[in-house]
Amino acid sequence: MPPETSTSSAGGKEGSSGPSSKKNSKKPKYSKFSQQELPAWKPILTPGWVISIFAFTGIIFIPIGLASLYASEKVVELPFQYDQKCIPSEYSNNAEAYIKSTTTNKTCTATFKVEKTMKSPIYVYYQLTNYFQNHRRYVKSKSEDQLRQKSAEEDTDDCKPEARTPDGQPIVPCGLIAWSLFNDTYKIKVKGKHLKISKKNIAWQSDQTKKFGSDVYPKNFQAGGLIGGAKLNESIPLSGQEDLIVWMRTAALSTFRKLYGKIETDLEANEELSLVIENNYNTYSFGGKKTLVLSTATWIGGKNDFLGLAYIFIGGLSLFFAVCFLLMYLFKPRPLGDPSYLSWNRNPGMIK
Amino acid sequence: MPQRPKRRIRFSKLYSFSCLKSPFRHEQSQIGQRGYSRIVYCNDPDKPEAVQLNYIGNYVSTTKYTAFNFIPKSLFEQFRRVANIYFLIVACLSFSPLAPFTALSIVAPLLVVMGATMAKEAVEDWRRRKQDIEANSQKVNVLRGNIFVETRWKKLRVGDLIKVHKDEYFPADLLLLSSSYEDGVCYVDTMNLDGETNLKLKHALEVTENLHDEKSLEKFRGVIKCEDPNENLYSFVGTLYYEDKEYPLSVQQILLRDSKLKNTEYVYAVVIFTGHDTKVMQNATDPPSKRSKIERKMDKIIYILFSTLVFISFIGSVYFGIETKMDLGDSNYRRWYLRPGNTTVFYDPRRATLSAILHFLTALMLYGYLIPISLYVSIEIVKVLQSVFINHDWEMYCEEADRPAHARTSNLNEELGQVDTILSDKTGTLTCNSMEFVKCSIGGTPYGRGRTEVEKALARRGRSQEPETDGLSSDFQDQNNDAVDSRQPVKGFNFRDERITNGKWVNEPHSDIIQKFFRVLAICHTAIPEEEDQSGEISYEAESPDEAAFVIAARELGFEFFARTQSSISLHELDFDSGEKVDRVYELLHVLEFSSSRKRMSVIVRNEEGRLLLLCKGADSVMLERLSQDGRKFEAETVDHIKRYSEAGLRTLAIAYRELGEEEYKLWEREFFKAKTSVAADRDALVDAAADKMERDLILLGATAVEDRLQKGVPECIDKLAQAGIKLWVLTGDKMETAVNIGYACSLLRQDMKQIVVTLDSPDILSLEKQGDKEAFAKASLESIKKQIGEGISQIRSTKESSKEHSTEFGLIIDGKSLDYSLNPNVEKSFFHLAINCASVICCRSSPKQKARVTRLVKLGTGKTTLSIGDGANDVGMLQEADIGVGISGAEGMQAVMASDFAVAQFRFLERLLLVHGHWCYRRIAMMICYFFYKNIAFGFTLFWFEAYASFSGQPAYNDWYMSFYNVFFTSLPVIALGVFDQDVSARLCLENPCLYLEGIEDLLFSWLRILGWMFNGVVASLIIFFLTTKSVLNQPFRSDGHVVDLEILGVTMYTCVVWTVNCQMALSINYFTWIQHFFIWGSIVLWYVFLLLYGYFPPAISTTAYKVLAEACAPSGLYWLVTLFVVVCALLPYFSYRSFQTRFLPMYHDIIQKRQVEGSETETSKDLPKNVEGKLSHLRERLKQRDL
Repeated sequence: MPPETSTSSAGGKEGSSGPSSKKNSKKPKYSKFSQQELPAWKPILTPGWVISIFAFTGIIFIPIGLASLYASEKVVELPFQYDQKCIPSEYSNNAEAYIKSTTTNKTCTATFKVEKTMKSPIYVYYQLTNYFQNHRRYVKSKSEDQLRQKSAEEDTDDCKPEARTPDGQPIVPCGLIAWSLFNDTYKIKVKGKHLKISKKNIAWQSDQTKKFGSDVYPKNFQAGGLIGGAKLNESIPLSGQEDLIVWMRTAALSTFRKLYGKIETDLEANEELSLVIENNYNTYSFGGKKTLVLSTATWIGGKNDFLGLAYIFIGGLSLFFAVCFLLMYLFKPRPLGDPSYLSWNRNPGMIK
Repeated sequence: MPQRPKRRIRFSKLYSFSCLKSPFRHEQSQIGQRGYSRIVYCNDPDKPEAVQLNYIGNYVSTTKYTAFNFIPKSLFEQFRRVANIYFLIVACLSFSPLAPFTALSIVAPLLVVMGATMAKEAVEDWRRRKQDIEANSQKVNVLRGNIFVETRWKKLRVGDLIKVHKDEYFPADLLLLSSSYEDGVCYVDTMNLDGETNLKLKHALEVTENLHDEKSLEKFRGVIKCEDPNENLYSFVGTLYYEDKEYPLSVQQILLRDSKLKNTEYVYAVVIFTGHDTKVMQNATDPPSKRSKIERKMDKIIYILFSTLVFISFIGSVYFGIETKMDLGDSNYRRWYLRPGNTTVFYDPRRATLSAILHFLTALMLYGYLIPISLYVSIEIVKVLQSVFINHDWEMYCEEADRPAHARTSNLNEELGQVDTILSDKTGTLTCNSMEFVKCSIGGTPYGRGRTEVEKALARRGRSQEPETDGLSSDFQDQNNDAVDSRQPVKGFNFRDERITNGKWVNEPHSDIIQKFFRVLAICHTAIPEEEDQSGEISYEAESPDEAAFVIAARELGFEFFARTQSSISLHELDFDSGEKVDRVYELLHVLEFSSSRKRMSVIVRNEEGRLLLLCKGADSVMLERLSQDGRKFEAETVDHIKRYSEAGLRTLAIAYRELGEEEYKLWEREFFKAKTSVAADRDALVDAAADKMERDLILLGATAVEDRLQKGVPECIDKLAQAGIKLWVLTGDKMETAVNIGYACSLLRQDMKQIVVTLDSPDILSLEKQGDKEAFAKASLESIKKQIGEGISQIRSTKESSKEHSTEFGLIIDGKSLDYSLNPNVEKSFFHLAINCASVICCRSSPKQKARVTRLVKLGTGKTTLSIGDGANDVGMLQEADIGVGISGAEGMQAVMASDFAVAQFRFLERLLLVHGHWCYRRIAMMICYFFYKNIAFGFTLFWFEAYASFSGQPAYNDWYMSFYNVFFTSLPVIALGVFDQDVSARLCLENPCLYLEGIEDLLFSWLRILGWMFNGVVASLIIFFLTTKSVLNQPFRSDGHVVDLEILGVTMYTCVVWTVNCQMALSINYFTWIQHFFIWGSIVLWYVFLLLYGYFPPAISTTAYKVLAEACAPSGLYWLVTLFVVVCALLPYFSYRSFQTRFLPMYHDIIQKRQVEGSETETSKDLPKNVEGKLSHLRERLKQRDL
C-alpha cells in the first residue's frame, strides 16, 4: 500500500482516539486541512485537455466573431472629414488665422450621399483627433461640486486659470474642459428639408441627474479675454446643457468621438445629404482633424469589424493549434513520464 | 531508606578530580579591578549599599519590543526594506500636487500593509511575552527573616538566600552554600546549557557547607566580590568575604540558571547574578538572522523593477517635456485648450525642463504599481502559514518523544527545497546515542547473537553470503532466541546468547574468566545506582551511555551493582560454587579517571578475600600494548573479534585486569598521592604518569561491543535524500572505523563505491609525531595531505574519463587531524574540489569548530544551500553556520534546538521536511513571487501604455481606488492561497519521486529565465489588454443607444480585463484546486464587480468618476462583456500555448510526474481492485485453514 494512503486513513482514525488517551500529548490535531489533504481538483495539461481547450475556444469564438461581424456589418456609418474642406482656399496655408479671426465666415456647406438605408435613430458624432482630453491638467481642470450644486459656486480651486473672472467672480462652469467646449454646429438637409437633430438624451442619464445640477446656471462663462469654445445659454441650467455634459465626459484617447445629436428619421439609400457646418472650433493649431460621423447602432454598438475579425482570427488560431497538437500526438507519441528529456539527465556532472 | 547512609558519604572524595581542586589562581587578584567589580551582599539585599548597587531584577524578557518602543521600533524594522522606503516617500509626496492620485488612495494600502506586518510582529511578540511571564512566575523558596517563603522568580534580588529542591531549575546564577549532603556537594544537570547529559558535581566551600538550618542561615552574612556578568559558562572568578576571611570561589561553587538540581534533596544558595546578568542570558545572543536565497534574489528583482520604473518614468518625462515645450509654438500655443500660456510650473512650456523633472516624480508615483507593495507582507503571511503546516504535520510527529516538528523561523521554508548538501552530526542524529550492549568476546570466545543495524544493512546489500557460525552474525538462530527472549527488553541491553544468559555462564569452559570479565564491568565505572521507589529496580546515573550499558549488562548477567559508598562498591553476585546470589563488597581504593588522552579507566579495589585488583577497560590501541606476557593468551582471537565488531559498527573496549602486590601498591600509592598533591604546573602529567605506571602488565579478559544504534528509518531516509540529489556529509567525533561502518549502515557508503581515505596514520608520519619535532611533523603532514588529495582528484578524473557511461561514485573519508591541514588556506581549494566530486564525505574525529569550518567551506565553496543537522551543543556552531540549521529535539538537551531554524524529533523526518515541505514551500514561494511580479507588471504597464497615448501627462487610466485595491483586494488573496496551499504533486508522490527535489537544487523554478519569462508574460498581457481593449471599444458607439466610451469606461473595461486576466492566469498556473482556491480566485473577480457596483452607488461626491459606471454604462453593453472575454482569452493564450508546448516537449520533472499520476490513476484503480480481492481471498484462505485444523 502506498504510504500516504495508509497513514492518512489510519491518521483519521487515530485522530479521534489519540489525544483523548494521552491528554497532554503535543501531537498535532488531525484535520484534512492541517495535513494538506483537502480534496482537490488537480487539472494538468494532458493532451486531451490541451486539444479540448483549444478546440472549445475555437468553437466558441468563431460563432461569436461571426455574430459580431454580422452585427457590425449591419451598421451604416458615414464619416465626413471637413477640417480642411471648410477652410477657404485663400486661408489654406493659414487655417489658424482663419479660425481665430472673428470676421471670417465660418459657414461651410457640403453634400454627400447615403450609401445604404439608415434606420433611425441615426447618431450624429463629431470626431476629433490629436486632441488630448486625457491630459492630466485638462482632466483635473473642473469642479465637480460646482457643477453639481449651486452652493458650491465658489469652489473653483481646481479650475485655474479658468476659475474666476478678473474681478474675482466665480466662473460657472469653471475649468478648462468647459472653457474649451466644442462649438462647431451642423445642420443637415435632405431634399431641401432640414433634418431635425435632437439633442435630447445624448448625455448619460446619471450625469444629467446627479452630476450636473438643475439649479446651477452658467455664470460669467466665456466672459474673460480669451474665448475657448462655445458659449452657454445662461437661462438653461447645466443639467439641461447636454452638449456640455457630453463634452465634459473626457475622452479616453486623443482620437475620440462625441455624440452631437440624434436623427429620429430614417435615411434612404442614395439620398443626397447637404451639410451646413459652422466651422468654429480650432483644431488647426495642434493639427487635429474634425470629422462628422453619422452612424446607426446595433446591440454591439457601432461599426466595428475589428472585434468580429479578431474573434474569428483567435478562434481559427485555436482550432489550428488544436489540430496541430492532435497531429503531433497522433504522429509523434512519446511515452509520457520519460525522464530522459530532463536537463540534468542530459549532461551528467563533469568534473570541473 | 537506603539513601540515608549515602548521605554520610563524602562524595567529594569519590572522584579523583575532586582532588584536583584548583589552587588559588592568579585571577583572584583581579577582583575589584575592571571587569571584576561586582559586589554581592549575601542574605542582605536590603542593605543600603546593596540597594545602591541597583542590580537588575530577575525578570527575564526575550521579547523584541516593549509597549513603549513597539511602534517606533517596528516601523523602523519595516523601513529597513528599500521598497517600503519608496512607498513611504510616495505616500509623503502624495500630499503634494505632484501626485497623480488622491493622497488617501496611496496612504491607505500602505497603512493596511504596514498594519498587517505590525500586527504579525505584535502577535509574535505577545507569544514570547506569555512564555516570559510563565518562566518568570515560577516559584522558589527564599529566606525572609528566619523562614523560607515562596516567591516568584522575577522577584528575586541579588543577595537573596534561596532553597532549591530536587529536580527544580535554578532561577538565577547562584553560589552554592550547602546541600542535603553533609559535604555540601550537589549534582547538576546542565542539559539546557551545553547539551551534556551527564551530571556535574558541584561543591560548596567547606566554610559554608554546615549551614543547614534556618537559624544559622539567617545569621549568614558574607560579601562576594566577583567578576562582572559575562557569557563564559566554564569559568568564574570571585572571592567570598566571610567572618573576616577570604575564600576563593570557582565555577565549582556556582549553580547556573536553567540548569537543574539532580540527585540532591535540596541546596541552599545565594543569588549572585539575576535576570539578564546570568550567564545563560549573556550567552543568548540573537541567532544570526538568515535569509533564504530566494529572498535575496527577490531583492535583486525588486532592484530590476526599480530600474524599470525609473527607466520608463524617464522616458515618459522626456517625452512629456518635449510635448510640453512644443505647446509653445512660434506665435501661438499649440494645444490651446491646455492654456499653456497661463499655467503652473508642472506644465509650463517655458520651463519645460523643470516640468519634466517634476513630472518624473509624478511618474515614479504613477508607475509605482510595478513594485508590489503587498509582496513582503504576503510572503510573510504565507511563510507563517507554511510553518503552521510544518508544525502540524502528523508524519513528522514523533510518538516516542511526543514532539512534533517545529519551524522555529519561518524565513527559511523555501530554502528547505533547495538543499544541496546536508552536513550531519552522527551521534544522536543518525544514531540514537543510547548504547546497547550487544556482543562481547570473553577469553577468545565471542558471545552475543544480536544483529546490529549495520549488519542488517550489510545483509541487505547482499554482502554476508557466508553465514558465520561463531555468533557474530548468526541470524539463523534468531527465531529460537526470540522465543526464549520473550521477556521485556531492557534499555541499553540487547544481548542474546543462551550460553551465558540466565546464569548459564557457569557451564562455559572459561567460566572463571567470564566471571572476572563481568566483575570488571560491574566495578570499573563511575556510575551511581539509584533505586526506583516502587519497583525496587536499580537504575544508574552514568557519565556516558557506554558506561551505563556496561553496568546494565553486568546486572543482567548476574553481577548487579547496587550500592556505592565513598570507599566501596557492592554487588549482588552469583556465587561460583553454590549458585546462590550473594552480596559482595569491594573496597574501592582508587579511581583512575577516563580521559581522551588516556583512553582507558581503571579502578583499584580490594576484594573480600583481601586481594588487591586493578580492573581496567580501555581502547584496544592502548590496552594491547599494556598486556603482560602471560596476559596475551587470547590476544589473537580478541583482536580479531574487536576488528570484526568494529566492522559491524560497534564500539569496542578491551577489558583487562591485574592483581597487585601489597608492597607494590603501597609504593605506588605514595607516589600517586605525591603527584596529585603537587602544585607544579605539570601536575596532570605527573598524575598520568603515575597512573600509567600501574596500568601495566595487564591480563586480557576480552572485549565488549556496544552498539550505537541507528535511529529508526535512517538508512531509508539517507537513501531517499541521495536519490533526491542531496549530498550528505557526516561530521563526527568518532574514530574512522566506526564512522565508516556507520557510513555503510546508513547507505552512505556502498560496496560499489570507491573510497578515498585521507589520513595521517601512515607509519612515517606517526614516527615523525613520536619524535616530537612539531615543525617537521606539520610540514610532512601538510605534504602528505596535499599528495593524498591530489591523488584522489586524479583518481576521480581518470575514472570519469574512462567510463563515461556509468560513472563510479566515490566516498571520501577524512580524519580530524587531516581535516585541520585540509582546511589550511592553501589546500582548502583542492580539498573542496575533491570533496564535492565525491558522493559522500565522512569527516571523523572532528571537533565542533572543525564542523563549523567545514560547513562554512561547503557553503561558500559551492554557493549552494547547506543544511546542518545535529542534536548536541557541539553542533551549535555548525547549525548557525549553515544556511539551515536543523536541530534534533531528542534527548540531548535543547542547545542545538535553540540554535536551529527547524527542530525535528528524529533524523528520518528530514526526508519529509525536505522532499515534501521543502519542495512545496520552494515551489510555492517561487511561483508566488513570479506571479506577484507578473500581476504587477501586467497592471503597471497598462498604465504606461495609456500614458503613451495621453502625452505622458500623468493622468492615470483608472480611478484611484481601483488601483489602491488592486494589490490589497482583487489580486492578493489568490496569491496567498497559492503560497500556502498549492501542491504540484501529492506528498506521497514527492516521496516516491525524490528526483523532483532536483528542481529546487537546480533552482529551476526561480531561475532568471523563468523570472524574466514571467515578467515578459506580464508585459505581453499588458500590451494585449491595452491595445485590444482600446482597438475594440474606442471611437464607435459601444451600445445600441449611441453612447461612446470615455476615459472612465475605458478604464473600467481595461481594469476588468486586468482583474480577470491575472486571476485566470493564477487558475492556469496552479495545479491544486481546493475550495479555498476556487473561493479566492473566483471570489476576487466577483469582488471586483461587487466593489464596482457598490462604489458606483455611492453619491457622486464620493464615487466621482465611478458613479454608476457598471450599472448604467458597462453592464448593459454587450460589447463590454464580449471585449472582456476576448481580451482575457487573448492575454492568457500565449502562456497557455507555451505551457501546452512545454509540457509536451520540454516537460519539467513535475510535469512528468503529474502525467504519470493521471495515467496511473486509471491503472491504479484497476490495480486496486484486485488488491482488495486478493485481501479478501487471503482472508478466506486463512479461515479455511482454521477450519481444517
